[in-house]
Amino acid sequence: MEKMPKWADVVLIPLISLLLAAGLSALVILAIGEDPAAAVKLMVDGALGSSYGWGYTLYYATNFMFTGLAVAVAAHAGLFNIGGEGQAMLGGLGVALICLFIPWPHWTLALLFATLGAGLFGAAWAAIPAYLQAKRGSHIVITTIMFNFIAAAVLNYVLVNVLKPPSSMDPASARFSDTIHLPTLHELLTPLGIAFSKSAPANVSLLVAIAACLAVWLLIWRTPLGFEIRAFGKSEAGARYAGISPVKITIITMMISGALAGMMAINNVMGEAERLVLNATEGAGFIGIAVALMGRNHPFGVFLAAILFGFLYQGGAELALWTNIPRELIVVIQALVILFTGALDNMVRIPLERIFLALRKESN
Amino acid sequence: MDFITLIQVLDSTVRLATPLLLACLAGLYSERAGIFDIGLEGKMLMAAFFSAAVAAVTGNVWLGLLAGIAASMLLSALHGLASITFRGNQLISGVAINFLAAGLTVLIAQDWFKQGGRTPSLLTEGRFGPLTFPFADSLRDVPIFGPIYSELLSGHSILVYLAFLAVPATWWILYRTRFGLRLRAVGENPAAVDTAGVSVIGLRFAAVAICGLLCGIAGAYLATALQAGFVKDMTAGRGFIALAALIFAKWRPWQAMGACLLFGLLQAVALRFQNIELGSVTIPVQVMDALPYILTVVILAGFVGKAIPPRSGGEPYVKER
Repeated sequence: MEKMPKWADVVLIPLISLLLAAGLSALVILAIGEDPAAAVKLMVDGALGSSYGWGYTLYYATNFMFTGLAVAVAAHAGLFNIGGEGQAMLGGLGVALICLFIPWPHWTLALLFATLGAGLFGAAWAAIPAYLQAKRGSHIVITTIMFNFIAAAVLNYVLVNVLKPPSSMDPASARFSDTIHLPTLHELLTPLGIAFSKSAPANVSLLVAIAACLAVWLLIWRTPLGFEIRAFGKSEAGARYAGISPVKITIITMMISGALAGMMAINNVMGEAERLVLNATEGAGFIGIAVALMGRNHPFGVFLAAILFGFLYQGGAELALWTNIPRELIVVIQALVILFTGALDNMVRIPLERIFLALRKESN
Repeated sequence: MDFITLIQVLDSTVRLATPLLLACLAGLYSERAGIFDIGLEGKMLMAAFFSAAVAAVTGNVWLGLLAGIAASMLLSALHGLASITFRGNQLISGVAINFLAAGLTVLIAQDWFKQGGRTPSLLTEGRFGPLTFPFADSLRDVPIFGPIYSELLSGHSILVYLAFLAVPATWWILYRTRFGLRLRAVGENPAAVDTAGVSVIGLRFAAVAICGLLCGIAGAYLATALQAGFVKDMTAGRGFIALAALIFAKWRPWQAMGACLLFGLLQAVALRFQNIELGSVTIPVQVMDALPYILTVVILAGFVGKAIPPRSGGEPYVKER
């Protein structure tokens, strides 16, 4: 018998955790001598009060959807992919190579192949730790952390020694050609008669991210592979007994996860910067962890949590602009969300389970 | 490369290996007791900030050290609460602690000092100065031995010597005391320890507390000895290199010292030479940056001797009923 109804598990626990994180964040804002209510108002105005704010919120949310899905898919197989950051960096490299060296006639074709390239590079970067976990028994968390650092070194090397135009000082690739410029939401919505801010970076990759959410839902709950992934995540021994190969599932799941993290690059590299720069990922790979935890590893949850974190990021930038609260407040909020929804989950869950059990006894 | 250059590189190896060594031993206590800790980085960062902040305000470096240790142990307590008391995921708790430290340090630094998330530069009394060994100056000109004694061995801060003394101390505690035996046992088979009537929770909290203490010293060393003050993200991945060293050393103290010296040497060489020319081949500096991580992956994969973590690492202990 379930200790509590499903809706409590899916909605109530994340909500309480979020409230706890928000309450503590408000205390932090109070402690540095600012007004939490004013801060929230500023964040809402800045991130959701204009199409410019929405444009940034959705741009960040696109990144977080990809990285959140990456963590969620791995989590269904019981694997903790902390290497989204490195996989997204490599995805950026894939996008840059495809955009720089192939003269695409139109952006649609370029986007299709850039998505594939980004996914392939990200998948390859995740495949090595996956293989080492499956075949050699090295802990995937440690190897993916190490691969984040190795990815940073690889990217640094490639940018400085290979992709940097000789005339430039900046460790960044050349600009991509204008023909493969991805349409922004402004350009997409104007023909429909909707006015959207011209300067916001949200672009067509938002639609790709939403499609990825749908695809992951289909994969996990509507395909045999998804069933095997979930079975393996619930019980490795059980899955083995049912004839599911642990090696196959570990490697395939991690490659899907890495591909999703890598695909983030079509948004930040191809859509926004239109060239590859150092630190293009800006920690989005790690935010994926918070997004997946908050979204309970469900694609729809990830979608909502990504928008929430997009709002926090854009709102936090506005706060840093207009008040004395540095952008790092967002990092603190992110830490608290990870802490309460992830590590301290039982702190909320156990009392709640007791309440539901007591309620049930009364009604019987 | 001449002899003096070699001595200088080794001297900076010792200085760069010290924070790695302290953090690595910190992780060793925690992981040997069965609590994975990827939050070493965050604890060091928090300690670095509070030690520099208190040293800057009071002008007393020892008070700074105490403040750093207290801050780090507070995060350790949080890690213990999440992973021991509430049986949460130890890895996720570590991730959260790293972000908490990265955010809070800058937030508080900006609020207290208004210098863009850093502390004021520390003056002499706010820092750990070099300890000069007896006769270091008069022996300086003796060939070979002179530079080794007065450059390499003498002239480090007290925390450097403390870190290297912590190695035999850790060995002795782990392998020659009752507490050490129980600590190792609780990481391998907590049920057996419980059956023997020893508190699993108490032991694990003790291990996590020692971890916080050592990370605190490591962070204080960074901000008040190696450098003069706190800057944003000043740990720069050292907590993860320490974690790598711990795996490289297969969770053993003397080997941990070896691994930390090796990784310290890599950092010192990268710092001094940038790209290295070996005949016709140039080793780019990025290879030196990535080498600790690559080596760890290779070791962990068991291609060069297998690294097997403590058996109950990462699993919360649930008492049988």
